[in-house]
Amino acid sequence: MTAGVAPTAVSIAAEVRGGTRSARSVVEEHLARIAEREPAIHAFNLVLRDEALAAADAVDAAVAAGDDPGPLAGVPVALKDNLCTRGIPTTCSSRILEGWRPPYDATVVERLRRSGAITIGKTNLDEFAMGSSTENSAFGPTRNPHDLTKVPGGSSGGSAAAVAANFAPLALGSDTGGSIRQPASLCGVVGVKPTYGVVSRYGLVAFASSLDQIGPFATTVHDAALLLEIIGGHDPLDSTSIPSPAPSLVDVLDRGVDGLRIGIIGELAGEGIAPDVLARLHEAANVLEKAGAIIDTATIPAAMYGLSAYYLIAPAEASSNLARYDGVRYGLRVDAPTTAEMNELSRTAGFGAEVKRRIMLGTYALSAGYYDSYYGKAQKVRTLIINDFAKAYEQFDLLLSPTSPTTAFALGAKTSDPLTMYLNDICTIPSNLAGQPAMSVPFGVGDDGMPVGVQLLAPLQGEPTMFRAAAVLEAAMKETSR
Amino acid sequence: MTEVIEFQPGWELIVGLEVHCELATKTKMFCGCRNEFGHEPNTNVCPTCLGLPGSLPVVNGSAVEYAMRLGRALQCTVSPSVFARKNYFYPDMPKDYQVTQYDKPTNTAGKLELPDGSFVGITRAHLEEDTGKTSHQGGDGRIHGAESSLVDYNRAGVPLVEIVSEPDIRTADQAKAYVDELRKIVLALGVSDAKMEEGSMRVDANVSVRPVGEPEFRTRCEIKNINSIRSVGRAIEYEAKRHIALYDVGEKPTQETRHWDEEHGRTRAGRSKENSDDYRYFDEPDLVPLVPTADDIARIDAALPMLPASRRRRLAEITGAAAADVTLVVDRGHDDFVVSVVGVGADAKKTLTRVENDLPPDQPITLAPQSFAQLVIMETAGELTATQAKQVLAEMLENGGDPKAIAAAKGFEAMASGALEAVVDGIIAANPADWAEFVVADDKARKKLSGFFTGQVMKATQGQADGRAVAEVLARRAAR
Repeated sequence: MTAGVAPTAVSIAAEVRGGTRSARSVVEEHLARIAEREPAIHAFNLVLRDEALAAADAVDAAVAAGDDPGPLAGVPVALKDNLCTRGIPTTCSSRILEGWRPPYDATVVERLRRSGAITIGKTNLDEFAMGSSTENSAFGPTRNPHDLTKVPGGSSGGSAAAVAANFAPLALGSDTGGSIRQPASLCGVVGVKPTYGVVSRYGLVAFASSLDQIGPFATTVHDAALLLEIIGGHDPLDSTSIPSPAPSLVDVLDRGVDGLRIGIIGELAGEGIAPDVLARLHEAANVLEKAGAIIDTATIPAAMYGLSAYYLIAPAEASSNLARYDGVRYGLRVDAPTTAEMNELSRTAGFGAEVKRRIMLGTYALSAGYYDSYYGKAQKVRTLIINDFAKAYEQFDLLLSPTSPTTAFALGAKTSDPLTMYLNDICTIPSNLAGQPAMSVPFGVGDDGMPVGVQLLAPLQGEPTMFRAAAVLEAAMKETSR
Repeated sequence: MTEVIEFQPGWELIVGLEVHCELATKTKMFCGCRNEFGHEPNTNVCPTCLGLPGSLPVVNGSAVEYAMRLGRALQCTVSPSVFARKNYFYPDMPKDYQVTQYDKPTNTAGKLELPDGSFVGITRAHLEEDTGKTSHQGGDGRIHGAESSLVDYNRAGVPLVEIVSEPDIRTADQAKAYVDELRKIVLALGVSDAKMEEGSMRVDANVSVRPVGEPEFRTRCEIKNINSIRSVGRAIEYEAKRHIALYDVGEKPTQETRHWDEEHGRTRAGRSKENSDDYRYFDEPDLVPLVPTADDIARIDAALPMLPASRRRRLAEITGAAAADVTLVVDRGHDDFVVSVVGVGADAKKTLTRVENDLPPDQPITLAPQSFAQLVIMETAGELTATQAKQVLAEMLENGGDPKAIAAAKGFEAMASGALEAVVDGIIAANPADWAEFVVADDKARKKLSGFFTGQVMKATQGQADGRAVAEVLARRAAR
């Protein structure tokens, strides 16, 4: 199964807008694929069959009336189930939110609708986006479309699998420590974590607010660029949203990398990274060099501490963000004689083991007497990483690393050892801590035949340059597969 | 406050106050919901103030403006500030954390001037959001024994400023004066309606006592649920006596939160849980720091209205009265009028007296300062007696008009001094025994008898004589 067999978002939108193909036929085609393979893959928590068909008919009616439904006219999009959809269950793959229907749409959902896109379903994730394999879902794991015995990565594993299985040409995920890029890498699709603040978080159920960022999954760099242009740009409902329009990406894709200085992050290109993954990384560097880039080794010394800092900062914020699931207002309630007991029983029943582990970690890290040595110190590491990146970007326009240390691993292989699981995010976490953009681009396969991704990293709001390099890597892959 | 004031012999009272003021902004602190009291439960709510998953806060610029205004009025330093999360579980708090300010508050290091001229230090005045309100059904209305609880989130997310004082307060009266003065400042600024009975102004008192001369502070208790200025004094006095009684028998108070029980006039220990919370503060990642510019602060300073302390100082200077004696007129908002009247040339002391005693206390003044000044001038010049002046004023308040014209219409012509002397002589002649007594009396006795003669003269002139003029004639006749 290779991605790219099905039409891209760009081609679908062109046909639907041009009236040569109906949105309904597009949606029906994708629903048919879902009907065929979804039972085995379980990418979705919810497939919005009727809603998608109704939305498709509305798009077709608009086209028939001579209106332009927008740049994503008739394009099915899968949404990670931590994005709020008005009147449609939004579970975060947690029992504690089962049955909850948000009374509002996330800003990204609203922008997708205005661009003519069609929400085809809500995708599975590690509960509250905490995990790297989508095995932490209360509703069962998602499987990798390339090999059903393997995980799709996580936490946005459902979105990555949906795009890899051609259930939708586009999907949205959220990336707190690699939750878009790592599953993109493991599923062989493009996945982008934009600069913090480029995409509004309004309506994204928070995991770690200072790290969370919504981003696109797509089968092509062009599709990912288009989707990011549509969902990005200032939103007054998110105070951390950057007050400028979305970056222009589609227009710069063909500009190449001639003269760009690109550094391979030394700390992330050695120990702990599988040899086949390293081999793809160096091949990618060669491709970029051949295209005119100047390749050298970069150093981000503090990157090695990123994982430790992340597993204090993210759980600390999560412990606070997840406090509201107390059984009082919505979601699961287990009744008890007192409010405090009701809170406790509801949370005990509603949260899975990994979520509980992180709430406890975070609560501890913020506690009186421990704050300075844990949360406080982690914030200092965060500053060191930012400083290291700043130094590196004095010499380089972009940085390059593996996305994930290995290709997709077997279901159950790492569930018993959280620390091993956490190591999956070693290459992706630094960008979240620094608030900088990074993306995973499919670049061949590993010794096991499973997809490998390489990660491009850029300074704040460096998406245009990053996408230029991604387009060069993608073009080279098309050459070799021909 | 260097002088030691003893609360009870040998004991000094130490009080610091935390006052929460709901800001009278149109909308809530972090969302567009209406900030209004008294609506149907859960009608002024949205995803943000309900803390629904995925919702985010956006700072209300007016609330920040109001907070800075209050800070500057309390002579605070306004600094760049950061919101923080205070984490604890409570059903009327939608997110189970409160967005407040912790180590980087908007306002720090100010002071508040009391009417007696003393100062209470202000540690900080920070912005935060209010919680909802829980009402317990069944049982006795308290959480224990209740069958169920209902929560109204209309108040959740209403902007608050918490003003924390230094532990500078030494008497219950000072504490009351502080709250009263703070309330007046807040009202003068228009940033809150400061109604203690509606909860838009809430006072917590940190109370401790120590033996006179002991330099260290002793264990304090925080008293909550105080809902009137009178209760501020009662609660503090009760708590201080409780501490002293404990020390007297060799025990110590426990540091804890206590609740003022208005009905029984005592404080009670709060839930034990309330005292063991670790709030796990950290910077609120959903918001960005507030960074006011020097221009912002200058603009706020320039727009500050004249505050009660300055008004008292101004009026005391103009009238020569003691600061404490002008408080009433300032509190009524009548001081601007006095200043205008005096500005037109009326006697300052007389004006203050007339305004304080003879104008309706709880209404704004509609009289023209010029007319009122004219009245005071006529009285001072002896053209009107005090009684006549009051009658003219009554007419002015009723129907308006020029005091000269009113006096003329009422026939209040100034009594010529010759005519007055004739009347006085007549009264003396009619009361020879009293007069004989008057002539030989000492000052004290003479004062008494003077009242009798003046009364007789007034009777004879139907109140048109000037009391002071009568006294002068009497004195002159007696001296002969």
